[in-house]
Amino acid sequence: MKEEIFKINSNVLIAENTYEMELLGDTSEIVRPGQFVNIKLDGFFLRRPISVCDTEEGRMTLIYKAVGEGTELMTKLAPGTRLNILTGLGNGFDLSLSGDHPVLIGGGAGIPPMYSLCKALISVLSPENIKVVLGFNTEEEIFYLREFQDLGVDVRVATADGSYGTKGFVTDVLKDLDYTFFYTCGPMPMFRAIEAIAKTSGQYSFEERMGCGFGACMGCSMMMADGSYKRVCKEGPVFRREEILWK
Amino acid sequence: MEIVKGGMVCGPEGCVLKTEPDTSVDLLGIELDNPVIPASGTFGFGKEFKDLYDINILGTFSFKGTTLEPRFGNPTPRIAETPNGMINAVGLQNPGVIAVRDRELPEMKEFFHKPVMANVSGFAVDEYQKTVELLCGQDQIGWFEVNISCPNVHGGGMAFGTDPAMAQKVTEAVKKVADKPVIMKLSPNVTDITEIAKACEAGGADGLSLINTLLGMRIDLKTKKPVIANTMGGFSGSAILPVALRMVYQVYNTVNLPIIGMGGVSSAKDVIEMMLAGATAVGVGAANLTDPFASKKIIGFMATGRQNMCVFQALLDRSDSSERFTESSAVRATGSVSLRWAS
Ligand SMILES: Cc1cc2nc3c(=O)[nH]c(=O)nc-3n(C[C@H](O)[C@H](O)[C@H](O)COP(=O)(O)OP(=O)(O)OC[C@H]3O[C@@H](n4cnc5c(N)ncnc54)[C@H](O)[C@@H]3O)c2cc1C
Ligand SMILES: Cc1cc2nc3c(=O)[nH]c(=O)nc-3n(C[C@H](O)[C@H](O)[C@H](O)COP(=O)(O)O)c2cc1C
Ligand code: FES
Repeated sequence: MKEEIFKINSNVLIAENTYEMELLGDTSEIVRPGQFVNIKLDGFFLRRPISVCDTEEGRMTLIYKAVGEGTELMTKLAPGTRLNILTGLGNGFDLSLSGDHPVLIGGGAGIPPMYSLCKALISVLSPENIKVVLGFNTEEEIFYLREFQDLGVDVRVATADGSYGTKGFVTDVLKDLDYTFFYTCGPMPMFRAIEAIAKTSGQYSFEERMGCGFGACMGCSMMMADGSYKRVCKEGPVFRREEILWK
Repeated sequence: MEIVKGGMVCGPEGCVLKTEPDTSVDLLGIELDNPVIPASGTFGFGKEFKDLYDINILGTFSFKGTTLEPRFGNPTPRIAETPNGMINAVGLQNPGVIAVRDRELPEMKEFFHKPVMANVSGFAVDEYQKTVELLCGQDQIGWFEVNISCPNVHGGGMAFGTDPAMAQKVTEAVKKVADKPVIMKLSPNVTDITEIAKACEAGGADGLSLINTLLGMRIDLKTKKPVIANTMGGFSGSAILPVALRMVYQVYNTVNLPIIGMGGVSSAKDVIEMMLAGATAVGVGAANLTDPFASKKIIGFMATGRQNMCVFQALLDRSDSSERFTESSAVRATGSVSLRWAS
């Protein structure tokens, strides 16, 4: 973990209520897709955890939905604004588990970490062996479809109202796919639906309300299947299917 | 013309610090290099912070509230935000006293070379006693800090720290077995904190620490339900500083015990303010969570302190102020408080 001052390079609306923020600063602590950063915002006591969507040396991209006061404030931050950010938090996805044709499943605000994961996977697998399933409520909310397509992977979209792609949920696409492993991030109902039909092992990336984001407060503990606990911010946010206790 | 005052050289342009200030304080017979003590529950067992900075710069720290049995704690969400603060309902998640003694303490020895403060909790008087007993004989422990904000399972769930008789009972039980000074940690969720402080003093407490968190809650407007799964939780952070200061001041003027003042401290100025209210040493809690380097920054600021007249003046004036404050009140604990400057 590192505390860093980042400078906003751009902050733009890319879909309904969805923003892409590009930040410049030291990204050396971000070592795995699926890790997150914790952002200090003026006027708010707690930081806001956001997944890293994409990163290269000195630059990182975040995608966030405006869902409350903190993320609303973020939408108003102009390029040039400096932000105090804790970087390199959490464990991230394990690429070595993918097998030769994994599927990546992202729902709404859970899609951003899937992008960096996808980029990392195409460096070890050929793109056509990677399937990506993206779930949205409606066509206006769709983002990063082109960016995923540009990676050369097989991208499918499901919208709840049927305005684009398959009508229904990601699982309506997933059920007909063949894959060696799955990686997913998204809302809890989506996780439950995936858990009910998934044919292989996989990794889920969880969200929890956080007091610190680096393991100090025990605010984010999760009971695991073996009765132990893990911290979403430290041992997580990514957990293996088999270790999760579904309640 | 230059006026040299407590290590500061003052001229027409203001004052500049010329010598390293001696910020050491004596806490019940152990000298702390500085009065800054990360508060229990916000510093774990030190592991998360030791990778960020050398935590041996701290006065000491108080480790995570430890109970007789291991505890998973409350369901999540355990955290809510408030203006200038936060609410937590972690529920004393800890691996239990045996694991703390046999695993955490030996691990801690590798990276923390000062006496640590052992924070203990319980849900019955004998639980407190057994927990402390199991931690006796540990050289690494310098003090016991006994958290009495927990519900008494044999007393209808009423917190020990809200009933003077119970607070005294816990103090006596712990004092009977403890091989280190016992610092009772008071709950602010009472009408008159001085009553509880007096009860702990009567029970034989060696020191007091205050305040623990204030009971609070938040409601999510979207779901119309409490944000925290446990409904209520402990409110802490900058927002509670004035309440904490007031209580430290009241207790300082009532009992003759050294006090660790805490609640909302996030800067060197807050530390000084706490000491002016009567604290011997100062706990830093939630600030460590929002800024992992908070305690380090506070200590750094106190040690080098550049140009901050306000802080230095407060330091220099401290003895005068405490005299002014205590005109009508009890004699302060002797020898336990000193904030000196090297010559
Ligand atoms: C590891 C992790 C990665 C995340 N990645 C992304 C991402 O890439 N894009 C994105 O849009 N969102 C992401 N989120 C969710 C994001 O953190 C919340 O939407 C955001 O904190 C809401 O803040 P707010 O002030 O707008 O909402 P408010 O409801 O006003 O926030 C109040 C408090 O609750 C917390 N909170 C509210 N919702 C959540 C939530 N879902 N998860 C955790 N804390 C929450 C806030 O941080 C704040 O402390 C992630 C969350 C986690 C835990
Ligand atoms: C997440 C969290 C966990 C805490 N856990 C404990 C604990 O285990 N034992 C204890 O005595 N106090 C505990 N506290 C209380 C703090 O030690 C401190 O008394 C209180 O938070 C006030 O200080 P602050 O405003 O600086 O946070 C906890 C506080 C927080 C925020
Ligand atoms: S948020 Fe503090 S331990 Fe995870």
